[in-house]
Amino acid sequence: MQQDFILITLADDDEDDRLFFTDAFDELKINTVVNTVNNGKELLSFLNHPETVLPNIIFLDLNMPILNGIDCLKEIKLNDKFKDIAIAIYSTSSSEKDIENTFVLGANIYIKKPSNFNELKKILADVVTINWQYHTNGLNKDNFLLRM
Amino acid sequence: MKVFIKFDFNSICKKVLEEKLEEHQLKHKVLGFGEIEFLEKISEEKLNAFSNTLLPYGIEIVENQKAILIQKIKDVIMDMIFNESTNINVKSSVYLADKLGHSYGYLSNLFSEVTYTSIENFIIIQKIEYTKQLIINNQLSLTEIAFKLNYSSVAHLSSQFKNTTGITPSAFQRIIKKRREIATKNIN
Repeated sequence: MQQDFILITLADDDEDDRLFFTDAFDELKINTVVNTVNNGKELLSFLNHPETVLPNIIFLDLNMPILNGIDCLKEIKLNDKFKDIAIAIYSTSSSEKDIENTFVLGANIYIKKPSNFNELKKILADVVTINWQYHTNGLNKDNFLLRM
Repeated sequence: MKVFIKFDFNSICKKVLEEKLEEHQLKHKVLGFGEIEFLEKISEEKLNAFSNTLLPYGIEIVENQKAILIQKIKDVIMDMIFNESTNINVKSSVYLADKLGHSYGYLSNLFSEVTYTSIENFIIIQKIEYTKQLIINNQLSLTEIAFKLNYSSVAHLSSQFKNTTGITPSAFQRIIKKRREIATKNIN
């Protein structure tokens, strides 16, 4: 049977941000199971751990110490095992070049981080809902590009 | 060498089903629109085994009545959009209600409740999905795609594409092209 929840992994070095995100996910209508990691390196070791159940979607902060979002994205895209995971990048940057570059490198979703919580909630609800459609309707993930 | 392929979901599904039904020696009739009638009684064990061989293809046996109706709504919509020989002169709401024998209000409420999106939105998502496929195949111009998908104008299609995905059709095309260039480079 198809699962009726979305597995989310969130990679962000800022504790307040992690809290905002997990709170926002909690309020969604779609059931979510969220786990968080503090940086890119942790994310990769989590994904590569043999007992990890892979998430349906990863939210990736672009600016992280140790291993930043872009390098993480490149690593993830190199491994065929992760090809079904949707990648959502978020950043404060709204430079067209940055955005297009993350898509070209294989990101599915680009979120310009909003300044207030309600807006963040709305954006995350939209992202998770559209991802749900991809997840449940067999849409082609290679063509999944979304900019919020 | 690189080639582009296009495929027809309905034919693929039918073919897989026929083959698997054959393989499991189940006497059956395919009724279309995702319905199969078994012509003899089948043990739960046999049905489970059959169901399991379908899972890798993304095909599953739907169990409860609500889920069945939702699936039928989706199938009718997909057929409306992807199948060129299905010609519809009425509004999609009228067509759905007529085809499925329930009021549109009922279908629409049920759909929103279970899928977290509205029928209208689902139709848009699917049309944009089809547009993406056609853009990538490179055979039709955006104007031709707009005509094919019954948009009143290319501007209407473009703005719906931008509203749904956050990017323009030309940016989409550019990104996919660049991705392919990188992928080709990595192979060589």
